[in-house]
Amino acid sequence: MTDLSRFRADFPVLDQQVGGHPLVYLDNGATTQKPRAVIDALSRYYTEDNSNVHRGLHALSMRSTDQYEAARRRAAQFVNAADSAEIVFTRGTTESVNLVAQSWGAANLKLGDVVLITEMEHHSNLVPWQLITERTGAILRYVPVVGGDAEGGLDREALDRLLTPEVKLFAFTHLSNTLGVINPVTELCAKARAVGALTLIDAAQSVGHEPVDVQAIGCDFLVFSGHKMAGPTGIGVLYGRKALLDTMPPWQGGGGMIGKVEFGGSTWKPSPERFEAGTPNVADAIALHAAMDYLDGIGRDVIAAHDHALVTQAHAALAELPGIRILGPRVGEPRGGLVSFAFADVHAHDVVTFADQDGVALRGGHHCNQPLMQKLGLPSTTRASFYLYNTPADIDALVASMRKILKFFGAA
Amino acid sequence: MSELSDLYQTVILDHNKHPRNRGRVPQANRVASGDNPTCGDNCTVYLRMDGDRIGAIGFEGAGCAISQASASVMTTQVVGKTLDEVRREFEAFKEIVTTGQEPEEFSEAAAFAGVHAFPARIKCATLSWHAAIDALQKPDEVIG
Repeated sequence: MTDLSRFRADFPVLDQQVGGHPLVYLDNGATTQKPRAVIDALSRYYTEDNSNVHRGLHALSMRSTDQYEAARRRAAQFVNAADSAEIVFTRGTTESVNLVAQSWGAANLKLGDVVLITEMEHHSNLVPWQLITERTGAILRYVPVVGGDAEGGLDREALDRLLTPEVKLFAFTHLSNTLGVINPVTELCAKARAVGALTLIDAAQSVGHEPVDVQAIGCDFLVFSGHKMAGPTGIGVLYGRKALLDTMPPWQGGGGMIGKVEFGGSTWKPSPERFEAGTPNVADAIALHAAMDYLDGIGRDVIAAHDHALVTQAHAALAELPGIRILGPRVGEPRGGLVSFAFADVHAHDVVTFADQDGVALRGGHHCNQPLMQKLGLPSTTRASFYLYNTPADIDALVASMRKILKFFGAA
Repeated sequence: MSELSDLYQTVILDHNKHPRNRGRVPQANRVASGDNPTCGDNCTVYLRMDGDRIGAIGFEGAGCAISQASASVMTTQVVGKTLDEVRREFEAFKEIVTTGQEPEEFSEAAAFAGVHAFPARIKCATLSWHAAIDALQKPDEVIG
């Protein structure tokens, strides 16, 4: 494993005690911490350049516009989009999915059409599709997961049966936030294309952890959030193929997205402006630019290898605990940088409360995956999720804390 | 772990492991459920009324040690009581879990005083009480 410990000092928030212990932050699936470079970019923008973007003719407005558009070009490069006009800034993954559902979905879905998603989708890539299929009379179908602990990932045979010509869009996660399953996105896009379906990839858990290339993957849409990749909250990206975005109607109206407005009606700008009504989140887009530079300065391939080493260590150590049930891929199989688990006799919320006393920050609950958890017969799990600043010592602290809890509850 | 040891003292661990009045009540004529959508805890309370008083009570559900133990302790406290009396008990219990002040009189509910240090867990402790009061406010019905 490449030693990334020298980068840990870049994250000021990590340097603190919780419950009298050094903070061990293992809730990166929910949100990651921010390096000084991102915090400084935000502060510098508000200190030196703050102004409204576009149409401004004064110095500060031009500087703000330049930086905002530079962030867009950087985001295009970050996922290897062919054109920066294929990058729409949103509030995050959730808003990106809702934009596609409300704009593309409302204009294109008809009675009897099918939207295909998977059982492992986060609520953000599930509920927007429930809403739009209900409104349009389209049908929402789910590709099942295989195995009592979903250890087999997506059911490929079922997928082949479900991918019919009625499917207009297939939306799926790149890396499951609950299971740690990594989906074969390139292959899934090819299968969808073969039946004429568009594809949308939820890359919230992957894009800050590994290189992502939308052209190599061959997806139509790809969505992600800034705050899960060392960037600020409140900013995210919708990547969409330019030809497709330009056929989609606006989803919100206002300033910045119009061609010409008359009392009798209006015309729209092409993408991406068409989808960015109102003053955009300029400051956070600029800070997101700093986050992308920061991650690629380390190398997302290096971060991926680091995640893999940590999760391999954690998975093997946790698997030895008595009465533990681990979701997703078995030890030795590919897995993203997170482990979600449940103990037979101790509820996840008790686990998280106890771990917090040891300074270990975890997440307990349904991880916005309620239907999947129901299928697996679990009300909740505990999740440890890793990032570039975590160390093997963090995993030791996690496992030691779990052992203590099991002992306290008389389960070990 | 001192605050936590306070919170999860023997009473809670015991009731969590060996809940009292767990399960349905024969000839129950009231039922109400509550859930906690953020964490997936749920609790269903069954009552067999004896006039306007609780004749028998049972609960089902799944959740953390605090919610399960609180439901168990609650069921031992409310038998023989009316809606108004249960409401007063609940007010006293809420006082304990929100302020951490233990009552002067000994009661197992005092074990939950430690919850006040963990505001996110107060709703775990009160879930079954809400379900019990909901059930008490309903008309009698036949429960299959």
